[in-house]
Amino acid sequence: MKKADVPQQSGLMAGCREVNYAVDDDGSYTLAPSSGWEAKNVTLLHAWEAIIDQLEKELADIRAGRKSPLCYHMVKNQMDPTLLAKYSGVPRWRVKRHLKPAVFAKLDQVVLTGYADLFGISIDELCRVPDSPDLALAEFDHSESR
Amino acid sequence: MKIDFPHRQFAHCESGVTANLLNYYGLPCSEAMAFGIGGGLFFAYVPFVKINFLPLTTFRIGPGSIFRKTTKRLGVKVGRQKFKDSRAAEQELDRLLASGCPVGAQTGVFWLPYFPPAYRFHFNAHNLVVYGKEADEYLISDPIFEEPVRCAARDLRKARFAKGALAPKGKLYYFEKMPEQLDVAQAAIAGIKDTCWAMLKIPLPLVGVRGIRLLARQLAKWPAKLGEKNALQHLGHVVRMQEEIGTGGGGFRLLYAAFLQEAAALLQNQHLLELSERCTEVGDRWREFAVAASRVCKGRQVGLGSFSELADLLRHCATQEEALFTDLHRAITR
Repeated sequence: MKKADVPQQSGLMAGCREVNYAVDDDGSYTLAPSSGWEAKNVTLLHAWEAIIDQLEKELADIRAGRKSPLCYHMVKNQMDPTLLAKYSGVPRWRVKRHLKPAVFAKLDQVVLTGYADLFGISIDELCRVPDSPDLALAEFDHSESR
Repeated sequence: MKIDFPHRQFAHCESGVTANLLNYYGLPCSEAMAFGIGGGLFFAYVPFVKINFLPLTTFRIGPGSIFRKTTKRLGVKVGRQKFKDSRAAEQELDRLLASGCPVGAQTGVFWLPYFPPAYRFHFNAHNLVVYGKEADEYLISDPIFEEPVRCAARDLRKARFAKGALAPKGKLYYFEKMPEQLDVAQAAIAGIKDTCWAMLKIPLPLVGVRGIRLLARQLAKWPAKLGEKNALQHLGHVVRMQEEIGTGGGGFRLLYAAFLQEAAALLQNQHLLELSERCTEVGDRWREFAVAASRVCKGRQVGLGSFSELADLLRHCATQEEALFTDLHRAITR
C-alpha cells in the first residue's frame, strides 16, 4: 500500500484514528494515520445490523410474553447463556430458566443485582426494555463512505 | 503515582506494548521489529473456537506469544502472573506500579470504556500498558490509540477478568531485568525462521498456508451450508479479523513487510528488501480480498459465484505466501 492510498473514510471510529503501514515515495515503510476504510465500515456495520436484528426479534418475543427482559440485555451485551453464566457465576441451566418471563418475575434481589451490576444498569432498568434497540453506536457517517 | 512512560501509537496492541516497553527500558525498538522478532505473523482458521459466535480466523500468532518470544530472544527477564481473584490482581498491579514498574496487561475489549462503542466486541486478547494510577483511575498507554487514556478501576477490573474464549484471567507481565548485551540481529533471524516454520511446516491443516487453503475451501461452501445471512456474517467476520483496529492493514502482512525492510538493513541482506516488496504485494492482495468481500456483504450478492471468486482470491494469497516464505527461509539460511 502506498502512503497516498491510505484510506480516510471515517465511519464508526468515533473520531479515533488508527495507523496503517504504507510505503512512501522512496519505497520505505512509514506509519500513516487512517480515519477508517470503506471495506471495514461495511463489515463492521454489517455485524452491528445482525445484532440489531436479533434485538428486535427478542423485543418482539418479550412483548409477546415468550421471553424475559434479561434476554434483551443479554443480547445487547453480545452474550449467550453460556457466556452470561460465566460472567454472572450463575449456572447455565439457571440462566436459561431466567430467560423465561414467569421465572424471571419471581427472581430475588440478590440475583437481579448480580445481573444489573454486570450490565452496569439499575435493577429497574434490567426489568424494563426499550421500544426499539438502544445501542449507543457512534453516528455512522454515510456521506464519506459512499 | 505516575511513571514517566513514553507513549507511541502503533497498529497492533501486543507488538506495540512490547516495543514501548523495550523502548522504556533503553532499547529503541520499532513495532515492526518487535513483531518480527516475536514471529508475530501467522494464519489460522479454527472453526471450532468461536469469537462472537463466529469461527476464529487469525492472522497473528496466539495471544502473549509475541511478547514472550521477543523478550526471550532478546534475553530479557520478564515476570508474568495470572490470578483467580480480582482483588488480588488489582493489589498486585498497584504494588508493581508503586515500585516504578510499567505493567503490561491482557484485557477484554468489551469492557474498556475508552474504545469507540462500535468496536466493543467480546475480544479478550487486547494488550495495554498500565503506567500509573490517579485516584480511582488507571493511566493507560494503549498502543492503538493516539494519546494515553484513562480507565476507571472497576472497568479495568472487568476487562482483566473478561470471560469466554481467550479469557485473560487478570494476566500481568513486566520486565524484571534487561540483559547486559543485546543481539537484535540474531533475535531477528530466529523470528524469521520461526515464522517460516509456522507458515509452511506445522503439520496441521488449520494453520499457515494450509489454513488459508482450508478457509478458501470452506468459504466456497458457506452459502450452501449456512444460508445467505449466516454466510455473509461469516465472511464479514473474516474481513474484520483481517482489518479491524490493530493489524496495520492486510492482516499484518504490511507490518511484516516493514519488518523485513528493517531487517534487511540490520542484517545487511539485500534479498530481504526484495522479499519485503513481495510481502507488501501479498498484503495488498489481502486488501483486495477485503474490498471484494465487503462488496459482497454490502450488495448482499450471495451467488455461489461470488463466494467461489473470493475463494480463488484466497488461494492466490496462499500461493504467493507459500513462495514468499520458502524464499525467505532460503534467504536467511544461505
